[in-house]
Amino acid sequence: MINVTINGKEIQVPRGTMLLEACRQAGADIPTFCHDPHLQLAGSCRMCVVEAKGRWNLLASCVMPAENGMEIETESPSVVEARKIILELLLARHDLSCHTCERDGDCRLQDYCYRYGVKESRFAGEIIHFSKEDPNPFIERDYDKCIMCTKCVRVCKEITGAEAINVKDRGHHAAISTAFDGNLADSTCVFCGQCIMVCPVGALTSKVSMGKGKPYQVEKVLTTCTYCGTGCTLELNVKDDTVVGVSSNRDERYSPVNQGALCVKGRFGWDFIHAEDRLTTPLIRKNGELQPASWDEALDFAAAKLKQIKEASGPDALAMFASARITNEENYLAQKFMRAVIGTNNVDHCARL
Amino acid sequence: MTNSIAELEKDAKAIFLIGTNTTENHPVIGYKIRKNVRENGAKLIVADPRKIELAEIADVYMRFKPGTDVALINGMINVIISEGLLDQEFVDQRTEGYEDVAASIAKYTPEYVSTITGVPAEDIKKAARIYAEAEAAAVCYAMGVTQHSTGTDNVKSICNLALVTGNLGKPGSGVNPLRGQNNVQGACDMGALPVVLTAYQKVVDEPVRQKFETAWKVDKLPDKNGLTLTDAINKAYDGELKGLLVIGENPMLSDPDLHHVEEALNKLEFLMVQDIFLTETAEKADVVFPGVTFAEKDGTFSNTERRVQRVRQAISSLGNAKQDWEIICELSNRLGYPMKYSSPGEIFEEIRTVTPSYAGISYDRIEATGLHWPCPTEEHPGTPILHKEKFNRGLGLFHVVEYIGPAEHPDNEYPFILTTGRQLYHYHTGTMTRRSSALEEHKPYNEVEIHPNTASRMGIVEGEFVKLSTRRGSIELRAKLTDILEENVVFTTFHYKEAAANLLTLSEPLDPVAKIPPYKVCAANLEKI
Amino acid sequence: MAEEKRIILEYADQINPENAGEYIKVGGYKGLEKARAMSRKDVIEEVKKSGLRGRGGAGFPAGLKWSFVPEAPVKYVVCNLDEGEPGTYKDRIICQKNAQAVLEGMAICGTAIDSTKGYIYCRGEYPYVVDLLNKAIDSAKEAGVLGDFDIEVRMGAGAYVCGEETALIESIEGNRGEPRFKPPFPGVEGLWGVPTIVNNVETFAALPYILSNGGEWFAGIGAPKYPGTKILTLTGDVNNATYFEVPTDYNLRDVIYTLGGGIKNGKKFKAVQVGGTSGAFIPEQNLNTPIDFDSMSAIGAALGSGAVLVLDETRDIVDVVTRIAKFFEHESCGKCNPCREGTFRAFELMEIINDGLGNAGDLDTLKILGRVMKNASFCGLGQAAPIPIQSTLQHFEHEYKRKFL
Repeated sequence: MINVTINGKEIQVPRGTMLLEACRQAGADIPTFCHDPHLQLAGSCRMCVVEAKGRWNLLASCVMPAENGMEIETESPSVVEARKIILELLLARHDLSCHTCERDGDCRLQDYCYRYGVKESRFAGEIIHFSKEDPNPFIERDYDKCIMCTKCVRVCKEITGAEAINVKDRGHHAAISTAFDGNLADSTCVFCGQCIMVCPVGALTSKVSMGKGKPYQVEKVLTTCTYCGTGCTLELNVKDDTVVGVSSNRDERYSPVNQGALCVKGRFGWDFIHAEDRLTTPLIRKNGELQPASWDEALDFAAAKLKQIKEASGPDALAMFASARITNEENYLAQKFMRAVIGTNNVDHCARL
Repeated sequence: MTNSIAELEKDAKAIFLIGTNTTENHPVIGYKIRKNVRENGAKLIVADPRKIELAEIADVYMRFKPGTDVALINGMINVIISEGLLDQEFVDQRTEGYEDVAASIAKYTPEYVSTITGVPAEDIKKAARIYAEAEAAAVCYAMGVTQHSTGTDNVKSICNLALVTGNLGKPGSGVNPLRGQNNVQGACDMGALPVVLTAYQKVVDEPVRQKFETAWKVDKLPDKNGLTLTDAINKAYDGELKGLLVIGENPMLSDPDLHHVEEALNKLEFLMVQDIFLTETAEKADVVFPGVTFAEKDGTFSNTERRVQRVRQAISSLGNAKQDWEIICELSNRLGYPMKYSSPGEIFEEIRTVTPSYAGISYDRIEATGLHWPCPTEEHPGTPILHKEKFNRGLGLFHVVEYIGPAEHPDNEYPFILTTGRQLYHYHTGTMTRRSSALEEHKPYNEVEIHPNTASRMGIVEGEFVKLSTRRGSIELRAKLTDILEENVVFTTFHYKEAAANLLTLSEPLDPVAKIPPYKVCAANLEKI
Repeated sequence: MAEEKRIILEYADQINPENAGEYIKVGGYKGLEKARAMSRKDVIEEVKKSGLRGRGGAGFPAGLKWSFVPEAPVKYVVCNLDEGEPGTYKDRIICQKNAQAVLEGMAICGTAIDSTKGYIYCRGEYPYVVDLLNKAIDSAKEAGVLGDFDIEVRMGAGAYVCGEETALIESIEGNRGEPRFKPPFPGVEGLWGVPTIVNNVETFAALPYILSNGGEWFAGIGAPKYPGTKILTLTGDVNNATYFEVPTDYNLRDVIYTLGGGIKNGKKFKAVQVGGTSGAFIPEQNLNTPIDFDSMSAIGAALGSGAVLVLDETRDIVDVVTRIAKFFEHESCGKCNPCREGTFRAFELMEIINDGLGNAGDLDTLKILGRVMKNASFCGLGQAAPIPIQSTLQHFEHEYKRKFL
C-alpha cells in the first residue's frame, strides 16, 4: 500500500492504482470522456487531469499510477482552467442542437459544461463538419457531435471484436471512420450498437429510438433478452407505457452474462412489441373465419372443446406445445395443466427445432 | 452447458466449436470467444461445413461434409488415444466403459476419417492435439450437431471426447450446447417435455408421480410417456390426435416438411393457439388467445448456462391481451381444477417446492444476479460448473458410437446437400424480428448460399432468384454467392415464410432418441429460373 | 574556445560510411569489442559514468534509462532516426558521415541490455539514408562485427509525431502513429509489449567513443552536467549555414558569430530559435548562454535537437510563428483534445493576428490556450507546440501589437 494525499485527505491505495481510482476513492469527482473501466485506457480526453505537487505539468489521472507521497489537487485553478479550455475547444466543433439531440439530459459534454459554467466557446473560428450520412437502419452517426474519445473504436475491437471502425486522418481532421470511409453495412460492422452504449455524447444513437423520448423521460426496466439462449440482460426504455428503446446495464452484478454487451437483435429488435398487428383480442373461428370474441366467450369455447375431446377420445387425444419463449412460470403451469387437468403427458416444446 | 459462459472468455485455453455459428446465433458468446482468442491466446478449433466467421481466427478449421460429425469426432479420439494424449487418471477414476470405446475407435484413423469427412488427416491430428493438450478445453455446439438423424450419437461422441481428455468438471472445460432460444433451457427444466416433470423427474417413476399428485392435489397423474412434438404432428396426421394447444410456437414455419405439418393440423378437431401475433399456425386455429411479449410480463428465464434470471414487466399488456399464465389459469378453472395465483412470483414459489434443482432460488436472491441451477438450498451459491466431483450417475459413461451418416444423400435428381440454419439479423420463424423495423429493413429477404463455382457453372449471378427444391417441395429465393461452403453444398435460413426452408427439409428419419428431425442435411436441387 | 570539437564527425568525408572495413581502420568497433568483454552491468556503469544524456531533445541520462530495463526473453534496441524537426538534419549527417558508429552504438546497447535485435526507424523523406544504412548493415554483418545482433531499418511515412518514442513504436508495429501513455515506459513495455530502449542516432553514435575512451574521458568534455559534444545545424540568416560538432559548453553567440560567420548581408540580429520548430525564440540579451541542456532550460529555451534558426532584423516574427503554428496544426496526430483542437485554434488565431484582424483579447486567448496545451497535452508535441508563440509573446509582444489595425 502507498500513501497519497488527495485534496488534503490522506488515503492508502495498493501500488499500481491509477490516480483516477485513488481520487474517486477519496471522494473527488473527476470528469472523464475517454475513460471506460471495461476498455483499454486511452488517456486522450485530458478531462481527468489533476495537479500533483512538484510536477511541471498536469497529470491525466486515468493513466497515471499513484506514487507514494503524491499530493494531488483535483480542482486547483490550473486544473479547472485546463478543463474549461478543453470544453471550450470541444464546444467550438460541436453541433449544439441539444434541443433535438437524443442524448439531451444524458450527455457528458452537457454535464461538464454545466459543472464548469462553460456557456460558450472563445474559439469561435471555423466549424468543420464531420457528419456522416449512413443509410443503415440501426445506428445514426452524427460526427458533428463527436468529441473523439474513441470509446466506440475500442469497444468495437475489444468487446465485439468487429474492428469495423477506427480513426481516419490526423489532427483536427481526425474522425471516426470505417475502412475507406464507407457505410457501416459495407464494413465488418455487426450492428451490435456497443458503440452507442459507450458514446458519452449524442454522436452515436439508435435510429429505431429516434424521436421517441429523451433519456430523462424514459423509465429503464431491467430484464432478460427474448431472443437466443445466451440470456443477456438489457434495459427496456419505457415512455408512456410504450417501449421506446433498449439500453445496457454494464454493471456485472446486474448484467452477469453480457456486462451490457448486446447483439443487433437485442438492441434494435424490440419494436415488434408495438407492431400494429399484435393480437390484442381473442379470436374464434366462425363460419371458417377467425373473428374477435370476448375472453369469456373464447375461454368457454376452448374449455368446452377440450372437455368434449377428452371425454370422447381420452386425454391422450390432446397435446400441447408449450414454448421455449415463455417464462418458467408459464411453462410450469402449462405442463401442470396438461398433466393434472387434462391427464396426459403429451406436452412438449420446440427444443428440438 | 456443463460450464458457464464467462469461462469461455477467461478460463478456456482451447475452444472447440462444432456445429455452432456462434457469432451469428449467439453473438455475445461469440464476442467472448473472440476476446479469449485475441487477448489471452486461447486456441480455437472450428468444425463446420461452412467457413463461419470464427473460422477466420481459428488455429484449425475443419470443413467437414454435413452429417459426418461422428466420424470426425471419433477420428480426433483416435488420435488422442494413439498418441497417448488421454487423461489416464480421469479415465481411470471418473469414467467407465472406456475399453469398449477404445476398441471401437481403433478403425477411425485420421486417414480413414479423412475419406468420410473430407477433412485432411493432418488437420484432424492438429485439432485433436490442441484439444487434448490444453490445460482446459471447452466444446461448444449447437443445432449443427443435434439436428441430424444421428444427433444423439453426435452428442455422445462429443461427450466421449471430453471424457477421454478429462475436460469436464473444471473451469474452462465442459460439453456446452449453446441453446437457441431464450428459455428453451427453462422449458425443459419446467417439465414441458413428454417424459419428465420438473427438474427431469421421470413421469414413469411412481414416487415422482406421487410427490406431484400430493403437491398438485390430484388423484392420479398419467404414468406413460407422452408424445414428442414431432410424434404429435404425425399422430395428428394419422387422426389419432384430436386436439392441440400451441403456446408461442409456430410449427407451420419451424417444423420440417411443412406440407406434412399443414395436412396434420388440418386434420385436427380443435387447434388452440396462444401467441402475440397471428402466426402461420394461429391462422389455422379454432381459437386464438392473445398473449403478451416479454416486455409485458414478470417471471424468469433460464439461459443456456442454466442461470435463472428475472424477466420484468415494463409495460401493461397491450389491448385486451392477457398474461399467458392467466390464460392457462382461466382454462383450468373452467375445467374444474381451480388455479389461483396472484403473480408469477407465487407460481415460482410453487415451482421451488417440487423442483429440487430450483429449490434454493428465489426472486429475492436473483433480484440482481441470476443463479445457476442446481441450487438446492437457500444457502447454496448455485452451480456454474457441473460434474465437479462426480457425475450424476457416479462415473462418467463412455458410449460406443459408430458412424452411420446422414439419411438422405445427393443423387442425380437432387445433387446438392442442403443445410439450414439462422442468420444474425433474424430469429427463428421471424415472428418478432420480421416485425422489427430495422432488422427487417436490413435483411428483408431470404437467400440461398451457393459456391461461386457452382453459380458460374449454372449461370447464376448474385442476387438472382433461383429455385431450390427437394423431394418435399420447392421455394424461390435470391442467390448469395460465397465460398464459405463446398461446391456441392447450399445453405439457407428458415426465418422467411415467403421462402420457407422447412418446405424443403426432411421430417424423418428422426433421431431415434431425441426425436430431432434432420434439418441439417437433405438432398436438394438448384435451378435457374 | 570557439572551435569545433569533432568526435562523431572526426572522420567525416574521410571514410565511406557504408563500409565497415574503413570504419574499423580508424578504430571502429573497438568500443563494441570492449563492451562484449565486460559484464552487462559494467557497460551500463560506464555509460552512466560518461554522463551521456539523450541527444534527441529530452536529455534523459542514457545509462540510467538502460538500467531500468527488466529481465525478459525478448528485448529491442530502437534507433530514432525520424528526424522530422524542421531545420534539423544532424542525424542524416551522422549517418552519411559515420553510419557504422550508429550501428556499433546500437550493438553496444544490445550488449548492455541483452538484446539481439535492433530497429532503425528512418524518416520517410530519407530514402537514400535507408539505402545507405542497409548497405552499412550488410557490410558490418559481412565483417562479422555485429555478432548475433541484427539490425533492421524501418521507414516512417512523414509524420512528425513519430519522432516521439512511443508513437514511433506504434508506427513500427504497423499502427497509427500516435503516442502511448507513460508509464509504462518503453524500457519496460515497448515494441510489441517487450522492454525496448529507444535512443536518438546521435546518442548511439557517441557510445563507441565512450566505450573505447572511457566514460571519464567523455564526462570531461563540455558542460559537466551535459557532457560531450553536440552536433548543431545552423540555418537562417547567417553567412555560414551548415552543421558543426561543438563541445556542449559552447555558447550561442559563438555559434552564430564565430561558426556561423555572423548575420548575412551585414544586417542586425533579431532572434534565434534553438531546438527546432518547437523551440523558444531567444532575443539578443540571452545570446551568451551555453548551449547545454540545463543552461538553455534556465532561459526558458531548450537545446532540443540542436537546430539553430537565426532571424535577422527584417524578419516578421509574427509571420514566422504563424507558419510554425500551421506546421503544428498539420502535424498534430489528433489523439488528445488540447493538441488536436488547440493547435488548430492557435493557428487560426495566429492567422487572424498576422492578417491584421486581431486584438488584445486574442493575445490573452493565445496565452491561456498555450498554458493549457503545455499543461494538459498528451505528449511532447502538444506540450511544446505553444512554445514559439509563448516565447515570442514574451520577448516580441510589440511585434504582435504592431499588427493590430
